[in-house]
Amino acid sequence: MLGKLDWSAIPFDQPIPLAAGGVVLVAILAVLIWVVVKGHLPYLWDEWITSVDHKRIGVMYILLASVMLLRGGSDAIMMRIQQAVAFQSQGYLPPEHYNQIFSAHGTIMIFFVAMPFVIGLMNLIVPLQLGVRDVAFPTLNSVGFWLTATGALLVNVSLVVGEFARTGWLAFPPLSGLSYSPGVGVDYYAWSLQISGVGTLVAGINLVTTVLKLRTRGMNYLRMPMFCWTTLASNLLIVAAFPILTATLAMLLLDRYLGFHFFTNEAGGNVMMFMNLIWAWGHPEVYILVLPAFGIFSEVVSTFSGKALFGYRSMVLATMAICVVSFMVWLHHFFTMGAGPNVNAIFGIASMIIAIPTGVKIYNWLFTMYGGRIRFATPMLWSVGFMVTFIIGGLTGVLVAVPPADFMLHNSMFLVAHFHNVIIGGVLFGAFAGFEYWFPKAFGFRLDERWGKAAFWFTFTGFWVTFMPLYIAGMLGMTRRLQHYDVAAWRPWMIVAVIGMAVLSIGVICQIMQLVVSIRNREALRDRTGDPWDGRSLEWATSSPPPVFNFAFHPDVRGEDAYWDMKVRAQQQSLEHEDPEYHDIEMPRNSPTGFVCAFFATIMGFALIWHIWWMVILGGLGAFATFVVFAWRDHDEYVIPAEEVARIDRVNLEERRSLVSMAGAI
Amino acid sequence: MSMTATAGRAHADPHHIGVVVEHPGPASKRIVTAYGFWVFLLSDIVMFSCFFAAYAVLHGQTAGGPSGAEIFEQRNVAIETVCLLLSSFTCGMASIAADVRNRFWFYLGMTVTCVLGLIFLAIEFREFADLIARGYGPTRSAFLSSFFSLVGCHGLHVSAGVLWLLTMMAQVFAKGFRADVLRRMMCFALFWHALDIIWVGVFSVVYLLGSAA
Repeated sequence: MLGKLDWSAIPFDQPIPLAAGGVVLVAILAVLIWVVVKGHLPYLWDEWITSVDHKRIGVMYILLASVMLLRGGSDAIMMRIQQAVAFQSQGYLPPEHYNQIFSAHGTIMIFFVAMPFVIGLMNLIVPLQLGVRDVAFPTLNSVGFWLTATGALLVNVSLVVGEFARTGWLAFPPLSGLSYSPGVGVDYYAWSLQISGVGTLVAGINLVTTVLKLRTRGMNYLRMPMFCWTTLASNLLIVAAFPILTATLAMLLLDRYLGFHFFTNEAGGNVMMFMNLIWAWGHPEVYILVLPAFGIFSEVVSTFSGKALFGYRSMVLATMAICVVSFMVWLHHFFTMGAGPNVNAIFGIASMIIAIPTGVKIYNWLFTMYGGRIRFATPMLWSVGFMVTFIIGGLTGVLVAVPPADFMLHNSMFLVAHFHNVIIGGVLFGAFAGFEYWFPKAFGFRLDERWGKAAFWFTFTGFWVTFMPLYIAGMLGMTRRLQHYDVAAWRPWMIVAVIGMAVLSIGVICQIMQLVVSIRNREALRDRTGDPWDGRSLEWATSSPPPVFNFAFHPDVRGEDAYWDMKVRAQQQSLEHEDPEYHDIEMPRNSPTGFVCAFFATIMGFALIWHIWWMVILGGLGAFATFVVFAWRDHDEYVIPAEEVARIDRVNLEERRSLVSMAGAI
Repeated sequence: MSMTATAGRAHADPHHIGVVVEHPGPASKRIVTAYGFWVFLLSDIVMFSCFFAAYAVLHGQTAGGPSGAEIFEQRNVAIETVCLLLSSFTCGMASIAADVRNRFWFYLGMTVTCVLGLIFLAIEFREFADLIARGYGPTRSAFLSSFFSLVGCHGLHVSAGVLWLLTMMAQVFAKGFRADVLRRMMCFALFWHALDIIWVGVFSVVYLLGSAA
């Protein structure tokens, strides 16, 4: 009846996951009860859960990422403490638990923190920057978000019901095969990634189509803001790379569920094929994450230097070059596999070549700052911190791209330090820069600068203190994923790293405080003009938060930095004062399709993990029925009357006129 | 198409790109939908390419079991191929019928497409069942694992296509040739033709090359 599921799945003998799971469960229940008792449920359902508004969906993506960042961060703290204490002893985490923690940490941080954070920012901002009212497929967008949330939910369920994978975040066979991992851990891993992978693919298709087919009048390709370009490159990579992940995990699942022989040691299976396939997805994946961050830095550096981006066209070229070359370097993840010196040399050179467009970008940012009137607001701090940090991470990357050096450093702590150096220094700093920069646009008030700066300095310092020692430990021969060790020379560095982790945690607390303080002082921090940073692109041309239709008129773009251009022209001509003629606007109707679909996907995923076959069929039928019901709807749009549009738009127009006339007076 | 002069607006063109053709604005819904679906099809083809790659790597790994030449029956494959290619033609007829809003020809075209798809699936199912009965199931060897997965993945797509086809017929019956129904019909047609293209790949790589070995 319930497949493999019974009471032994609940880890009554392990206090840590049980307590953690209990706390989370109580917190969720408390929030739910509060929502229902206070009567917020209809608001949540109408305005958020069923919303197909790209801004709302973007905010929900970022919220999901933030919550999962806390989960992944707790895993990181537990690992650092374990390695600090487990010198010539077992530490406090038993091996099977420690292995689950590092696997969950990697999986969560990549798939449920970094991915939703950048996809959230792209969703929120790209349609605004393109000057359009929505993404190409609004309802599909909602489906994509909720499927991602389903994956995150399943990973968290594994904390209490059953176990998570002990195989590392990429689940290499034969370890992840049935003979070495008979439990449900790998199944949790694989099914949550399959489901959230569908969500990511949907988001990718949606954003590619949006950028290529939905741009406002005059928004030629070479007038798009840099963030739109990097979004395009990143989502092209999603569309081309995520199907590889889906296929690879499908093969692994066939091996595990139906006794196929793709990656087994028997009957002719080929384990190394898994490495090739998974990294053919995995390497583009790191560029899927970091390219949007590059776009964010481009926007931030240009805005806070008060200058147009230096070398715009070389930046576009560099972005697209990275997009292409990122598919030609995957083998550098396993130089030690023994593909031979010539193959290794080719991939080593390709890996070094990809550093060239990245270097072009760094110089472009530096030259944008050169001669600019720089304001060191929080987003700018994150950007400058990124440049310093990312260069070191990039250089160590070029180092491990040299095959002979890689033979020494493969799977060592040096590698761990390298990829944290680029992912934290690149993606996470970028996500935070974007968060600080666009928060006023999403919510209509700025974030507190003092807490923001404190968060930056603690995170920045904490990062360096945590990860530089790991480079040294790696040089001293320490391999990754050690549950305990006996080498005295490594110990001091592990202790320094745990101190760094403490500093990093203070940074996280500052960030939470910043949110709390800013929400309290929101009236004082209110952004009335919609343009708090003196911005250059179209998202600043509408109010904060933007109305549901984004723009009353499709803006007419006549060059790069469209909004800067408009402001300059407005000053020269003094804004025309006659009232424009407003028209009715059609917007897509809200739809519970995404939420209901994800509900059935959750049921199906859980049933597949535990081999509850009747429930799998139930979930599948439910999902199909949801789509048919959606396809049967008669009204998918509603009309906002012209008077309503006029009323909303006039308020913002007045604020903006006073801003421009003030600037004109100066 | 208007040309923009840069004179007097140097700030709008800081990189002196010069004369540019103005972008006309957002595309129509029909174009956006079809374009997005094309992007999806490309991603689907990438997924198939992984199964093709796995087959290419593993096709020699028979582990003492049968090789392709011993189990492939070219007569069946020929019938399958004819069915699928014909169904693409009838699907095209149905699309034209939908465009000119002719219900009779639309239903007829879709029905024939459905029947041909089902014949294809039946033959494939019989081939699979027969192989498993002889002990040559996917668990026998890595070659058979990759064969069943590649061909089966295509078969699953055809099955999903048949389900979609029936849903489309029901939609036209209930809603008529509405704009959104027509857009969906266009996507379905793209999907069905793409499956044909993939079948050509399967036919060549698996059955033709496999029978020769």
